[in-house]
Amino acid sequence: MTRAGAAIVGVTVLAALLGPTLVGIDPAFQDLPLRLEGPSTAHWFGLDELGRDILARLLAGARISLLVGAIVVGISATVGTLLGSIAGYYGGIVDDVVSRVSDILMAFPGLLLAIAVVAVLGPSLTNVVLALTLIGWVGYARLARGQVLRVRELEYVQAVRALGAATPRILAWHVIPATLPALIVQATLGMGGAILAEASLSFLGLGVQPPTPSWGTMLNYGRSHLLDAPHVTIFPGLAIAVLVLGFNFLGDGLRDAMDPTMGSKGTRGTL
Amino acid sequence: MLRFVARRVTLTIPVLLGVATMVFSLIHLIPGDPAQAMLGEAAPEAEVAALRRQLGLDRPLLEQYGDFLGGLVRGDLGTSLRTGTSVAGQIAERLPATFELAFAAMLVAIAVALPLGIAAAAWRGTFVDHTAMAVAMAGMSIPNFWLGPLLAIIFAVELRWLPVSGRGGVEHLILPAFSLGLALAAMLARMTRASLLEELREPYVRAARARGISPARAVVVHAFRNSLIPIVTILGLQFGAVLTGAVITETIFSWPGIGRLLVQSIGFRDYPLVQGCILLIAVTYVAVNLMTDLAYGLLDPRIRYQ
Repeated sequence: MTRAGAAIVGVTVLAALLGPTLVGIDPAFQDLPLRLEGPSTAHWFGLDELGRDILARLLAGARISLLVGAIVVGISATVGTLLGSIAGYYGGIVDDVVSRVSDILMAFPGLLLAIAVVAVLGPSLTNVVLALTLIGWVGYARLARGQVLRVRELEYVQAVRALGAATPRILAWHVIPATLPALIVQATLGMGGAILAEASLSFLGLGVQPPTPSWGTMLNYGRSHLLDAPHVTIFPGLAIAVLVLGFNFLGDGLRDAMDPTMGSKGTRGTL
Repeated sequence: MLRFVARRVTLTIPVLLGVATMVFSLIHLIPGDPAQAMLGEAAPEAEVAALRRQLGLDRPLLEQYGDFLGGLVRGDLGTSLRTGTSVAGQIAERLPATFELAFAAMLVAIAVALPLGIAAAAWRGTFVDHTAMAVAMAGMSIPNFWLGPLLAIIFAVELRWLPVSGRGGVEHLILPAFSLGLALAAMLARMTRASLLEELREPYVRAARARGISPARAVVVHAFRNSLIPIVTILGLQFGAVLTGAVITETIFSWPGIGRLLVQSIGFRDYPLVQGCILLIAVTYVAVNLMTDLAYGLLDPRIRYQ
């Protein structure tokens, strides 16, 4: 499954890099007389409500999805890891402040805070990234804090401290690297989560605005043609599900590799 | 137990205060003049000034904050800009529909997840395990805003077995509950498998097998009962995800709950109503988490004495 996940992610990244040039059709080109036409040899995934090629728009939308995922996960993981590591290593008031702020942010379930932030700031790609980062860093901070609390007591860290190394150096070179495997798993799964979250916000009309192609926005507009042109809804939904599945398979495989007792290959625990 | 309850409840108070503060600050995050943003750029200055006065935006921030908290204590969430009626009243009217949908979705999740998770753990490493976990992973990856319309096409439009939208009898509840509950079912199935695998490693399970108890009985009667605590905890913690998911599901199926009210109020820039909906969902989530914590303490005495 890890290989399947890596293959899905790899193919999507490649398709996003090549973009609409892969099909040679401008994703913004409107062929109004053929609007809502079903899949054909000329347009493999059919045309949307404005007669635009759905495959070309999916390829252009893949860039948005992957870009949002990468930026949100990148910023969240960096900020969260730094804050969590500092909180876990130093403890005291720094830990209290980081922990209380994350407690409050975690009191808002899932996407709710992102919906609230985008609702007041206005719908746009930048605000989606801002809103998702605002809630995204907490998970990484909690994970990093927990890992640092464990790692800082290990003998090699105490040895480095006894040798007189400065705290920032201990954190940067000896503590944070030891927490990286768990953070990489979290970030891989986080990519799927961020892509799904961006699509959800765009579906609600709070994310990427037309005419920029986004998978969530395509689904939102396709919803009104569910009966006469289901292909407008089916393909963007399938694209989201397959890419998120790819990241989930990959993240899960990485986690199993780091904790073999939970995977399917172990023998302990079976009857 | 009383001390444990008191400690947990006390710990919740600062979180609730933080939630209230964040919801209060939402209106101040609006770029520019919030009153102007609510009424639109073309609104006359007199109307904007009147709204500013009505919302108290012309008063010092601390005074506004004090009034906001005071209102919350009295159950006053303000007045809807669009309808002129009380926000609390509108929310109270929609609340039963959202709870009905959320509980139905959780029932669907439990009914699907437990057999799937138990089968995966009992036949670990086999075709059953791989299939169950692949299905669960697919369930976690499928967006509910896609699953909902697909279910509607199949069961409402093509087969005509169920109504496509609205709230009424049980038949109206089935599609939204499945659409909302399947992602939770997928997560719960994975959790059930992991939790059960932990238990199956325990010596008491091997002892039970050594006494001649059948594998099925060892799994279901012995190990599964002990693996329930983390499963119940996850179920409680995921209630928040169900509430957020309801925002989308209610929009798709025109279900008259808080989620749909929230999306509609965002569309109308009715920010007092947006604040009220967000606050209510967050407070419900905190309350369910608290209840999960308390239930955990009740089920496992070790937690109480920590």
